[in-house]
Amino acid sequence: MSMYQDAIIAGFGGQGVMLIGNLLAYAGMDAGLNVTYIPVYGPEMRGGTANCTVVVSDDVIGSPIIRSPLSVIIMNGPSLDKFQPLLQDNGVLILNSSLIDPAKTNKDRVRVYAVPVNEIADQLGNTRMANMVALGAYVQATGVLPVKRVQDSLPSVISAHYSHMIPKNAEAIQAGADYVIQHGQYV
Amino acid sequence: MSQPNRIFIKGNEAIARGALAAGAKCFFGYPITPQNDIPEFMSQAMFDAGGQFVQAESEVAAANMLLGAAACGIRSLTTSSSPGISLKQEAISYMAGCEVPGVIVNVSRGGPGLGDIGPSQADYFQAVKGGGHGDYKLLVLAPGTVQEAYDLTIKAFDLAFKYRNPVMLLADAIIGQMQEPVVPWTPENRDPHEGQDWGLVGAKNRAPRLIKSLFLDDGALAGQNQKLQAKYEAMKAEIDQELFLTEDAELIIVAFGSIGRIVKSTIRKLRSQGKKVGLVRPITLFPFPADVLLRLAKEGKRFLTIEHNMGQMVEDVRLSIRMVADSDFYAQLPGTLPTPDDFEQPILKALEG
Repeated sequence: MSMYQDAIIAGFGGQGVMLIGNLLAYAGMDAGLNVTYIPVYGPEMRGGTANCTVVVSDDVIGSPIIRSPLSVIIMNGPSLDKFQPLLQDNGVLILNSSLIDPAKTNKDRVRVYAVPVNEIADQLGNTRMANMVALGAYVQATGVLPVKRVQDSLPSVISAHYSHMIPKNAEAIQAGADYVIQHGQYV
Repeated sequence: MSQPNRIFIKGNEAIARGALAAGAKCFFGYPITPQNDIPEFMSQAMFDAGGQFVQAESEVAAANMLLGAAACGIRSLTTSSSPGISLKQEAISYMAGCEVPGVIVNVSRGGPGLGDIGPSQADYFQAVKGGGHGDYKLLVLAPGTVQEAYDLTIKAFDLAFKYRNPVMLLADAIIGQMQEPVVPWTPENRDPHEGQDWGLVGAKNRAPRLIKSLFLDDGALAGQNQKLQAKYEAMKAEIDQELFLTEDAELIIVAFGSIGRIVKSTIRKLRSQGKKVGLVRPITLFPFPADVLLRLAKEGKRFLTIEHNMGQMVEDVRLSIRMVADSDFYAQLPGTLPTPDDFEQPILKALEG
């Protein structure tokens, strides 16, 4: 049975959606898999929402661009409006419930994991790690890769200058995964 | 399946690294989206490699600097995107006329005019049918993956010097901006005297050489054109393409570059539903893999050409299989982002015939 997973990761510019997309792709590569990462760039990049698409597979990857993804990480309201309708039936939706009311999700059609990523990151000492919390939740919910594999790839996306931040970011990834284990799916 | 030597880079960076691995010593460019990662990377890396990096005053200047460096027998390149490539055409025609080897990279975007900054394949005609004036051809290579962007950039330099002809790498904004693992490599056993037997390398102790594209003597230009045509004919030895599930296919999709890989996802899905669809992905756009297509046509297969333009390569597909078969065409509109879903209905329709 071949392994395949694709994800669209979307939020405001500045929430770090490109960074966690890159981290997910690096982790896939470091696990020996094939990966593609493509940022959506264009007028959307200026001020509004940013998004990227990551594909991870043990087979040769055809398209790096996906219209109807198997999973999404949604960090802001406009991204929910845009990508929830495109998510495949029974697909995984990681929702930033710090900013978005989970009642807005279509929980009967897709599998929603509502994670208060900002609050969890705050408790760890830095709101800016909310993206890592979301990625941890995503990795746990989809099982695409082991959580530790993703943590171990952090040095690939965090420059040497900020290497002292790596343990905290690894903690944030773990916290996101733990939240999904404890709270499960939003029903 | 772990490959520890893989690096995770953008297509643009793969092109830059491939050029350096091929031994490029001069880069001339001018900024334009979506290829700016190439000059950005080169500005440091070319310096580190002991070469020359010039951000020229315009695309026209950059292309003429390439003409000059190539005339000296130095591995050199210029990179740009569609509107900038249009500006370079005069120098490219001169390079073909002078028979000097340079590499021109087009990370193409939407047109005509300034178009947009998104992906498009609408520069196919410009790349393979001329672009500049006169009866000349470029060798044109179209990568479909980031690894191929690296590999074909190296190949572009080898072919440019083998045929003393400008070579174009035709990528697009998808290949340029996407990231994929790449296994970097450096070619071995390069000829240390490359370009020395014809290039302008200093005439001490020998007769001076003249590199020119002006042939005014009676019969001289006719002879030069015959010589060029013979060279373009000989380039057919370089024809390359990827065949994907063509053996038992009833319908052959013909698509190049980014579209050639995106449609693979569609083909896999339709195969899982029992639809007999295959793919021919031309890797050399000139010379074109006409013989492969003709062979498949004679086997009774039908054709659908898919491009991210309004219909350009489809003319070469139809020429290749004329008298035997025809090709349908599906246009992915420039200005839209292609996904595998876009191709499903057009393929199913073509299958019903």
